[in-house]
Amino acid sequence: METISTLPPELIRMVIAVIIIISFIFLNAIMMGYLERKIAGHVQRRLGPMEVGFHGILQLVVDGVKLVAKELLIPINVDRTFFRLAPILSFTPVILPLLVIPFSEKLQARDLNLGLLFIVSMTSVNVMAILVGGWGSNNKYSMFGAMRAVAQSIAYEIPILLSMLAIILMTNTLSLKEIVGAQQKIWFVLLQPLAFIIYVISGIAETNRAPFDLPEAESELTAGFHTEYSGIGFSLFFLGEYTNMFTVASVATVLFLGGWHGPSLPYGEYLGIVWFFLKVYFLLFFMIMIRWTYPRVRFDQLLNFAWKYLVPFSLVNILITAVVVKL
Amino acid sequence: MKRYFLDLFIGGKSLVDGLVVTTKALFQPIVTVQYPREEIDITPNFRGHIDLVLDPEKNTFRCIACGMCQRSCPSECIQIEGKKVEGKKKKTLGLFALDFTKCSLCGTCVEVCPTQALEFSKEYNLADFSKEAFHYDILKRLEERII
Amino acid sequence: MRESTIKEHNRFFLNMGPQHPSTHGVLLVVLEMNGEYVLDPQPVLGFVHRMHEKIGESRPCQGFMPNTARMDYVCALPYNHGYVSLIEKKAGIEVPKRAEYIRVITSELNRVASHLLWLGAYLLDLGAFTPILYGFDDREHILDILEDITGSRLTYCYYRFGGVCRDIDDKFVEATRAFIKRLRKRYVIYEKLVTKNIIFIKRAENIGIISPDMAIRYGITGPNLRGSGIAYDIRKNEPYSVYPEFDFEVPVGERGDCLDRYMVRVREMEQSLRIIEQALDNLPDGPVRSKVPKKIKLTPGDCNFAVEAARGELSYYLIGDGTGVPYRLKIRVPSYSNLSCLQELGRGILLPDLVSIMGSFDLVIPEIDR
Ligand code: SF4
Ligand code: SF4
Repeated sequence: METISTLPPELIRMVIAVIIIISFIFLNAIMMGYLERKIAGHVQRRLGPMEVGFHGILQLVVDGVKLVAKELLIPINVDRTFFRLAPILSFTPVILPLLVIPFSEKLQARDLNLGLLFIVSMTSVNVMAILVGGWGSNNKYSMFGAMRAVAQSIAYEIPILLSMLAIILMTNTLSLKEIVGAQQKIWFVLLQPLAFIIYVISGIAETNRAPFDLPEAESELTAGFHTEYSGIGFSLFFLGEYTNMFTVASVATVLFLGGWHGPSLPYGEYLGIVWFFLKVYFLLFFMIMIRWTYPRVRFDQLLNFAWKYLVPFSLVNILITAVVVKL
Repeated sequence: MKRYFLDLFIGGKSLVDGLVVTTKALFQPIVTVQYPREEIDITPNFRGHIDLVLDPEKNTFRCIACGMCQRSCPSECIQIEGKKVEGKKKKTLGLFALDFTKCSLCGTCVEVCPTQALEFSKEYNLADFSKEAFHYDILKRLEERII
Repeated sequence: MRESTIKEHNRFFLNMGPQHPSTHGVLLVVLEMNGEYVLDPQPVLGFVHRMHEKIGESRPCQGFMPNTARMDYVCALPYNHGYVSLIEKKAGIEVPKRAEYIRVITSELNRVASHLLWLGAYLLDLGAFTPILYGFDDREHILDILEDITGSRLTYCYYRFGGVCRDIDDKFVEATRAFIKRLRKRYVIYEKLVTKNIIFIKRAENIGIISPDMAIRYGITGPNLRGSGIAYDIRKNEPYSVYPEFDFEVPVGERGDCLDRYMVRVREMEQSLRIIEQALDNLPDGPVRSKVPKKIKLTPGDCNFAVEAARGELSYYLIGDGTGVPYRLKIRVPSYSNLSCLQELGRGILLPDLVSIMGSFDLVIPEIDR
């Protein structure tokens, strides 16, 4: 007791938050994996996992155990340091953005006044992991995947930032809490529909989800950047991908869908998290549906789309916003 | 410039259309079956490996060990041996072995048989670890059915 | 991209296959690459060579029947059809009219099944997962119908010299009509999900253009040739069986790109359904199998018979020497010629386009290697 009380309370708070968030990340990956397979199943008029637990609900847990128990294969000729480093790199930075996201009015690990900037910079570290993994694998397919990931990430970061900028112009703040607070009356999705659409499209591209899953396009590159990974290495990439999706969806919720706002609940400052999660999972559901509907775009088409459509549209959007705000 | 916006509009609409199709499918009934738990009825005309016909009157096989099926089989997977039985002039069937690993399910044997002694079984759950598991003793299978 | 501008050290080789998700079997394509650009794709064949021709030359012709279905397992019945017709032509065997009608009906059903599977597989190559399962759903109905009369689901051995081995019944006719109705309703789904989809169109339009001249040069046949605008279909141009009695069109494309090949196949499904409908309406009565000598003697001299399989012209060429065993049997399979133009087509394109082109060819590797 003595030592704990001497520690700064802020530190204790952070440690607890990190622990909760890490456990949540695993839970989220399990839920998302299950949801994805179930939705894919029903979209294709089949049932999906059914064997482990009620309607296969424990399937992903069992899969996780299997993946962890598997031998970590390191092929000869790979760059061992990079090869081992990449999964860790893909996993670590995805925890950090969750620290500044306001899940409800009082549930936020830390309200940075530069929160949005922090999130943007952290999510873009993920591409480093793919690059390192693809390069370290010493496999041509992995290399292709890595190179595509980098180009894609650079191209899509710009529309993401530009669409965020429109919100920032309206709220004059980078703190996520204040942005949500500003949506008390009206969600920004109604004021900024264009920015919302641009953000969602770029977000899907940023997380390398189909139809923009070029770094792991399995019909072209077998499995892309994680071709050589097995066991725990693969599962960390998997975890990273789902957490990234969650981050993108939460940021979209914070910026456009009014965060924790919704019909009032008792203990609203805590239970606002219910609305928050509903909105996030609705977006995630949408992203899953998209994956199981469309073919994959080609690489140059992807870049063309970013430069020819998304960037000009978001620029126009910002211009209009700026003018309207000034008036 | 007109093209640019037209592309965007038509493309966007087609994407929405696609999403409608899959969303509808999400709520439609399932068309698959959970295979080992439930099985679908198999058509009576299904052609599995061959089996000897059980003659309901004589309560035994009809085969006269003529060897036609053995000779006509393109894959040479049937082996037939007759055996002498005391008191009868003709040979009767002593061995009917089928190497199912080679069988191409063409049905020639069933068609050439002069006594219609062969039929196709309805078995399709066939999987095993060794090749030998598919070397069937058709006669023994029939004898099991007699009892 | 001009080849001379690429520095030597920028070139590298990439082995696509023999185990690669989009080669649909054990095909190896050795790609000489510069970045993501393919400089020279070279298909390497022969991984599943099973000597079907030699087997055909080493046993009586009845014994080769089951093998014909193993060459192209996706669309096996036209392969049966070609072989029985060849032997019938050679040995002068009469086939009852009803049997020919049944052959046409089942072959066309098989063609539709093949095209449905191809549609799904092509979209899978392009990265869409769902259409293949919708295709399977429809195809499963055809397989059920065919299983009911042929006894097998994939590698049929249904036709016999002088007819077919089992007559069709009312249940078959009913099920087929129900299927035709069902598939016509399902077109809408495919159209919305695939044909009109902008991403799909962008991936297929103006990709892998085969000019009519090039198509003829390489001996491309089937929907791949018709996609290039040449209306050549064995069923129309060298009619066999009872095809002249049916009224159907030969759909052709304009540009010869992947999208045209796709459209040709989709429209061909409808034409096949039309043929089936007409055949069911006019189905004559009578026997389905004529008397055939126990041992078929193949007279000396050669003989050729071509049919339109789902992938193109399939022709059997046979030389007899008076015995029951063919002296020489040559099988011309469509996919082999179709694949051969890949090298010319694939120079200087992107890797994803190569995948798209190969998918649009509708390759069945065991048929190429046979
Ligand atoms: S079905 Fe054909 S291959 Fe099989 S045993 Fe009979 S004749 Fe031989
Ligand atoms: S042809 Fe018929 S009767 Fe002759 S051996 Fe074969 S099964 Fe027996």
